[in-house]
Amino acid sequence: MLLVPAGAWLLLLLVAPSLMILEFSLHPGLRPGQAFGAYGLGNYLQIFQPIYLQVIGRSLYFAISSTLTCLLLGFPVAYWIAVMAPKRWQNLLLVGFVLPLWTSSLLRSYAWITILRPTGVLNTLLSTIGLPTLDLLNQQSAVLIGLSYNFLPYMVLILYASLEKLDKRLLEAAADLGANPQQVFWKVTVPQTLPGIAAGCLLVFITSLGDFVVPELLGGASSMTAARLIYNQFLGATRNWGFGSSLSMLLILAVSVSIALLIKYGDQEPERY
Amino acid sequence: MSQTVIQDPSAAIDIKVDVELRNVFKVFNGDTAVRGIDISICQGEFFSILGPSGCGKTTTLRLIAGFEEPTGGEILIRGKSVAHVPPYLRPVNTVFQSYALFNHMTVLDNIAFGLRIKRLGKAEIQQRVSEALRLVKMESFARRFPSQLSGGQQQRVALARALVNRPAVVLLDEPLGALDLKLRKEMQVELSNLHQTLGVTFIMVTHDQEEALSLSDRIAVMHEGRIEQIGTPSDIYENPQTPFVADFIGDTNLFQGYVEASDPAALQITTDKGLKMVVQPQETWNGATSQPVVVSVRPEKIQVSLNELDNQPNCYSGRLKHVMYLGTHVHYLVELSSGDCLTVLQPNRAESLPALHTPIHVYWSATDCLALTA
Repeated sequence: MLLVPAGAWLLLLLVAPSLMILEFSLHPGLRPGQAFGAYGLGNYLQIFQPIYLQVIGRSLYFAISSTLTCLLLGFPVAYWIAVMAPKRWQNLLLVGFVLPLWTSSLLRSYAWITILRPTGVLNTLLSTIGLPTLDLLNQQSAVLIGLSYNFLPYMVLILYASLEKLDKRLLEAAADLGANPQQVFWKVTVPQTLPGIAAGCLLVFITSLGDFVVPELLGGASSMTAARLIYNQFLGATRNWGFGSSLSMLLILAVSVSIALLIKYGDQEPERY
Repeated sequence: MSQTVIQDPSAAIDIKVDVELRNVFKVFNGDTAVRGIDISICQGEFFSILGPSGCGKTTTLRLIAGFEEPTGGEILIRGKSVAHVPPYLRPVNTVFQSYALFNHMTVLDNIAFGLRIKRLGKAEIQQRVSEALRLVKMESFARRFPSQLSGGQQQRVALARALVNRPAVVLLDEPLGALDLKLRKEMQVELSNLHQTLGVTFIMVTHDQEEALSLSDRIAVMHEGRIEQIGTPSDIYENPQTPFVADFIGDTNLFQGYVEASDPAALQITTDKGLKMVVQPQETWNGATSQPVVVSVRPEKIQVSLNELDNQPNCYSGRLKHVMYLGTHVHYLVELSSGDCLTVLQPNRAESLPALHTPIHVYWSATDCLALTA
């Protein structure tokens, strides 16, 4: 009985809209204001056109690259805060790192425009010190910078939680048994924090894959992603709700699989087998 | 005393010293944990560092392992200074207090860890790991994960993981502290057997005096970062050199007082509460007349009598305040007429126990008590 309010909420706001999208996706070429035509898989077949496969491939590329960037940048930061920084500074450092999340992602993306545009902060700086300027805005590199910047705090938070729980005596035990710092890292620290690494990567991957704002604002015409394509189908010039819905279903599927993986492996403590 | 023989460098030529601490200090953010300790530990010795929590014993062990660098002084392992030598290059292995087993690895992988780091051959690793498993009687658990083992089994794995590397010195940090009493007794026997079989130097840190007394060749008693006394278990128990050691090791009755008159055979001591005592001085006695002293009498060295005795030097009358029947022994609490309270431990002779508040006399000989300079 206690589950009824939460269940109703879930039904109304998650299940019902998803079923609506599923219904839309099964009517080829459905446009707003139009009556439902015959059922068919045309919208799904449309995804397999090379131009759309390329868009999906690019979305995956963005998601994977930003995940790896966040991991490579986030791990040393999280390690530093959790293991090396003095205890009393840990919370402050963490808050400092999460602070950007308090502003809207839209605002942060606009900030990156002012930094990256041809006459922006970065290029002004570069030309002042006599270096050649960079043309980053409306390129894929700008999308990668924006995505990595946006999701790095999440990665750091999750890795911090994992590293903070890491039993420091295990590191001493490994050193005691003859492992040098590199060996301690690869043989103890990484395996011990693998659940956290998996959770962080999946979270960044999922949110990057579905992000619309960053590629739209920073990416320009060369950075069409699945999320932007869906936007165009629903609110842009094309107005093909059927195709937009099938793309949405694909994205929902990808995210669901990722979350299922996260639940299955991400939260597993290393001692449970 | 035996340790003077070993600690004298000229006399130690034929005894190989494995670990030596020379005037070692350790300061943590202004807190001095270790205040200038000197220890020489011989090859093959079972050496214990005993003391209450916070006395600096674990810090001392961590200094030898290399997890901490001394603030002052020098540590030598097998004659070589290990200053600035990181833990992974020291020929010592540690059995950690809570075992610190790698929970993402099987028992076998845990034990093989050190050998794999050294890149030994597969065959040799296999042979040495199974040997170590046999040594700690854990052959059938090789494929288990640490979380699937009991505390005692984890303890054995931790031991095997250290011993398999054939270190010069095994450091044991309260190795049996987390086990229940029965298991602890069993593991004490096994630890002692292992030490005898392997002949490796063991350095154990413990706060359990019984454990230290029963296992060790020699014991260093630490208190507030200093070493109070180093000696064999019987040395420490029978001839404590300081009031702290007398009080910490076993039970004892302590009387504060001063020396009234001294001759080589006997000290005449008057306690602060006015009792006159005769104490035979220890060989190391160098106190003078009017020197403040603490007299220590073990409960089991005190005799009780219902009748007054005339020819006893240390004989006092009092009342029986409490009687505890312990089976093999009877524990008495006696309040002397001076106000002092004495604990007395007598073997149970199947007599009927005296009633409470009975007037009673206690006595002990001059050789059954010690005078310690306060």
